[in-house]
Amino acid sequence: MNSHNQVLPANGSHEHWTPLLETAVREVFELMLGCQLTAAIDGEQPAPDFTAMVGLAGQLCGLLSIRCHRKAAALMASKMLGVEVDKVGPEISDALGEVCNMTAGNFKNKISGLAEGCMLSPPTVVTGSDYTLHSMADSPAIEVRLFFEGMLITISLQINS
Amino acid sequence: MPIRALIIDDSSVMRKIVERSLRQAGIDLAPVLEAGNGAEALAVLKDNQVDLILCDVNMPVMDGLEFIKQLPGVANAKDVPVVMITTEGSESHVVQALSSGARGYIRKPFTPEQVREHVVPVLAGKS
Repeated sequence: MNSHNQVLPANGSHEHWTPLLETAVREVFELMLGCQLTAAIDGEQPAPDFTAMVGLAGQLCGLLSIRCHRKAAALMASKMLGVEVDKVGPEISDALGEVCNMTAGNFKNKISGLAEGCMLSPPTVVTGSDYTLHSMADSPAIEVRLFFEGMLITISLQINS
Repeated sequence: MPIRALIIDDSSVMRKIVERSLRQAGIDLAPVLEAGNGAEALAVLKDNQVDLILCDVNMPVMDGLEFIKQLPGVANAKDVPVVMITTEGSESHVVQALSSGARGYIRKPFTPEQVREHVVPVLAGKS
């Protein structure tokens, strides 16, 4: 597994952080859930109805979110708890929130200056799909789409520079 | 003799992961005690003797750094080793935790091997 360290860019471009975000989320799934994420392929997927969010404040301000379908979130909880997927219940939101929190922490620790200069909010999880997220971000979101056991998860970092 | 551990994290899922990682690391555990924040943990410690504390940093009510500052005030727990487990990876957090009395620092995400590397020396009194 590769580890990266980059410095904060002086300009507003953050596109080159996409591989770091992907590595950060892949590491979380590999180490904490014991599974490899794979490249997303085109095809019909159910609408995501679980969204976990962690705010970033300080040297980097923004919002990191992970969106997926309930089945994917339940499978995450199942793998994290080491129990059958039909045995998980209210822990689903907790599990997805922790995945989001660890991804945000792992991501910021890969960028010089951010580990010290950027704080994370506690995770928030929204359920349901009938909502619109209005971010104050002033630059395009960095987005990574990956498959978790054949189910799409979308990791998005919206940056307010 | 099984190790009596207290795991402090505001996420119940993370508490279970830490417990499982300790067992996967080959540590013989007695039934594990849990707390959702530092204040709950201090209350648990007033009535229970433990051999090891694993503690998150960012928690509501009382965070992990405040918890280790207050730990010496609990008579039967003041010498219990504390290992921090957190997403906060900055050097200043590590220094702050260690200077406050933590004996180890594990960054999330982690493997059972990393847990073993940090916890076994602490239990052996080598850290």
